Amino acid sequence: MTITTLKPETAAQVTDAVRWALSAGEPLEILGSGSRRGLGRPVQAGHALDLSGLSGVIAYEPEELVLTALAGTPMDSIRAMLADRGQHLAFEPPEGGTLGGLVASGLAGPRRISAGSARDHTLGIAGVSGRAEAYKGGGKVVKNVTGYDVPKLMAGSFGTLTALTEITVKVLPAPEDTATLLLFGLDDAAAVAMLDRALRSPYEVSGAAHLPAAAAARSAVFEVAGAGGAVTLVRLEGFGPSVAARVTMLREELRADAVLGRDGSLALWREVRDGAGLGEGAGGDTHLWKLSVPPSAGPSTVEAIRRTLDVEVFYDWGGGLVWLAAPPDSGTAIRAALSAGGHATLVRAPEAVRAATDVFQPLPEPLMALSRRVKESFDPKGILNPGRMYAGL
Amino acid sequence: MKMPVPDSGVIARRREIVEALRAIVPGEGVIVDENELRAYECDGLTAFRQLPMVAVLPSTVEQVSQVLKACKAMGVKVVPRGAGTSLSGGALPLADGVLLGMGKFKRILDIDYANRCVTVQPGVTNLGISNAVAHEGFYYAPDPSSQIACTIGGNIAENSGGVHCLKYGLTTNNVLGLEMVLMDGTVIRLGGKHLDAGGYDLMGIITGSEGLLGVVTEVTVRILKKPATARAVLLGFPTSEQGGDCVAAIIAAGIIPGGMEMMDRPAIHAAEAFVHAGYPLDVEALLIVELDGPAAEVDHLIDRVEAIARDKGACYARVSKSEEERLAFWAGRKAAFPAVGRISPDYYCMDGTIPRKALPLVLQRMQEMSDRCGLRVANVFHAGDGNLHPLILYDANKPGELEAAEEFGNDILRLCVEVGGVLTGEHGVGVEKRDLMTDQFDEADLQQQQRLKCAFDPDGLLNPGKVFPTLHRCAELGRLHVHQGELRFPDIPRF
Repeated sequence: MTITTLKPETAAQVTDAVRWALSAGEPLEILGSGSRRGLGRPVQAGHALDLSGLSGVIAYEPEELVLTALAGTPMDSIRAMLADRGQHLAFEPPEGGTLGGLVASGLAGPRRISAGSARDHTLGIAGVSGRAEAYKGGGKVVKNVTGYDVPKLMAGSFGTLTALTEITVKVLPAPEDTATLLLFGLDDAAAVAMLDRALRSPYEVSGAAHLPAAAAARSAVFEVAGAGGAVTLVRLEGFGPSVAARVTMLREELRADAVLGRDGSLALWREVRDGAGLGEGAGGDTHLWKLSVPPSAGPSTVEAIRRTLDVEVFYDWGGGLVWLAAPPDSGTAIRAALSAGGHATLVRAPEAVRAATDVFQPLPEPLMALSRRVKESFDPKGILNPGRMYAGL
Repeated sequence: MKMPVPDSGVIARRREIVEALRAIVPGEGVIVDENELRAYECDGLTAFRQLPMVAVLPSTVEQVSQVLKACKAMGVKVVPRGAGTSLSGGALPLADGVLLGMGKFKRILDIDYANRCVTVQPGVTNLGISNAVAHEGFYYAPDPSSQIACTIGGNIAENSGGVHCLKYGLTTNNVLGLEMVLMDGTVIRLGGKHLDAGGYDLMGIITGSEGLLGVVTEVTVRILKKPATARAVLLGFPTSEQGGDCVAAIIAAGIIPGGMEMMDRPAIHAAEAFVHAGYPLDVEALLIVELDGPAAEVDHLIDRVEAIARDKGACYARVSKSEEERLAFWAGRKAAFPAVGRISPDYYCMDGTIPRKALPLVLQRMQEMSDRCGLRVANVFHAGDGNLHPLILYDANKPGELEAAEEFGNDILRLCVEVGGVLTGEHGVGVEKRDLMTDQFDEADLQQQQRLKCAFDPDGLLNPGKVFPTLHRCAELGRLHVHQGELRFPDIPRF
């Protein structure tokens, strides 16, 4: 329903745009490149605030481990710049989009278990609140406890609190080498038990996933697709001699069936990061969910869901992240199965579905009330991305 | 340092307030005797002291909730306290406030190796968590130097770090779940044993909020397997600039050491005289670089670090050959504060962070300030993350020296901000750096943070007088100035 798109080129123009929206009582849909528009609930707004005009890296100092860029800077250019100096964003976010969009959607990939998420790497922000006031939070150094950690609150807030204009992130050395141990033919419970063993070892595992037979068969990596059944993955990264030594020790300890070298590993973990093709090609009849649960409860949670639903799954984060393809209208049944704790997010479904369902796990009322007050403290009139996370927020 | 003017009306109602607290926490849990209250009059920042009006030591979450609810109803301020090891005065009591001690929350509730986490009450010490899982080879990573005494609840309040936080993160990166009580008595649970709490990252805001947003009653932290090996290299440099260059070159080579500490000449000499760690005395900067992880990795990186150091002009290099030798390298650094305490009647420990490249400039300017005010300064430095701990040497018995030391400290922190850094890397703002906040933040930045506070504590009763230099009423902060229709955006491209 967007009628007009405002495309500011400076932070001052972002303030002007929000000030106008506030005075006119017109909500704004906040956009970077729009690549994550399918995440969260659709925003009902007559105007879009397109921040992709605020683009460019302001400072990149590899030795200081920090990078500051305008929020609309494309992630692909930031990635390339970091790769030139052997660095990366350690939380392994999906590709594409803008830096602002990445932080706002709070995403992380398989390395979440060892390196943290977007929130752990967002050091500083500048932006415009729903009060049309420009402000900043955090800092531009890696260690800082001065004042509230506002940058963390921005991570995963989906643009509902502040239109971000500038972001400082922590950047880290990219691993020199990587390898993946493969274990064939385990069922879900045995696989997660094996991942637990790997994660309890001192070998600094940076990826721990399990692809049941159907997911493994879809892989473009020959050793995985050709296994003819389920494949369990344990990733080791770091300096060459270190990876080699750890592969040898952990392979023996886990009795792994095969080892995937650098190229195969990189390809395989990109697949895992991006959902391993789960539910793709099934059209609108299959919705994709991500469940964050205590790792040891991953398989039992899936078992409980399977009592009422026909679903396809795979596991990441040592069993703590369940990717799940389910038929429409499964939200209630999925959430009812989370007895061990955790939450379920609908990450791929048609817009009409996302408008009518709880995309994010509903919060208990005291927490929801607090979240509403937090929203109001930044955006009292509900100008910024209203309804993107929860109806009425 | 001015604290909010005590409300004589509240103090006059002391008896009634004590009765209300006794109805919630029976027996010895409510403290009114002046001698007993003395135990709470200050925290680790001993220059500031104040007796609380009354102290209350609840032992259940329900009591915490009732105490806060009652205080809110009576309009009484509350100062939460863990072990009282804050170096910034975060637990400094108020003359018209209730001191809420969390010392009775000492139980470890759940150790869950399958999910690699531990759930504890907030009064458990930082080291207590590591000790509880040590027999299985696990530990809790953040290791502030007060870890024997400081509690996990206080660590949450201050977002505590330690020498290993460049590689393993601060408290905020290691917390999975929290239970906390808001000022109105509401109990909130965030996160759990899974990653990423749903909704807004309120855990990220609570952690490091210095007791201004809520009282934490339960904490779930992740635990890590202990690294298989750790070895350290001791490196000496003729100038601090070369030491700084070496640190930058190590990081540029893709190496994130488990610990990387620097000391300047005065700190080296004080430490060596105290513990005889075997430090070289003819260097301007001493670097301890600790590599931890699998043995193959540590051996590989030790060689690389040594090569980098030679290239950057190190005039001294020694690699630890045994666990005893590694610990000896650390003994001097860990004893640096008391060592400085031996050469001066008093010292004042600062805590700013700077972009590392600014180190030579900051050290030079600090020396100029030192010459000007006549107070010596020794520097220890978490070199990996740019967190500086200048120790200002003074004598509190000499009139004016404490004030001069404080002014020197303030100038150092302003300098940190000037070169692109921040006021505090791990000690917190508290009362100590409160009035410097306007050097780092604009009014708009501070007002937005205070609005956030209003979402948790609209009456401003929880730990007021800390962090923010000016207190505003929430109604005033919330007021919107909207001018209907008069604002356009002629310059913004639209389509």
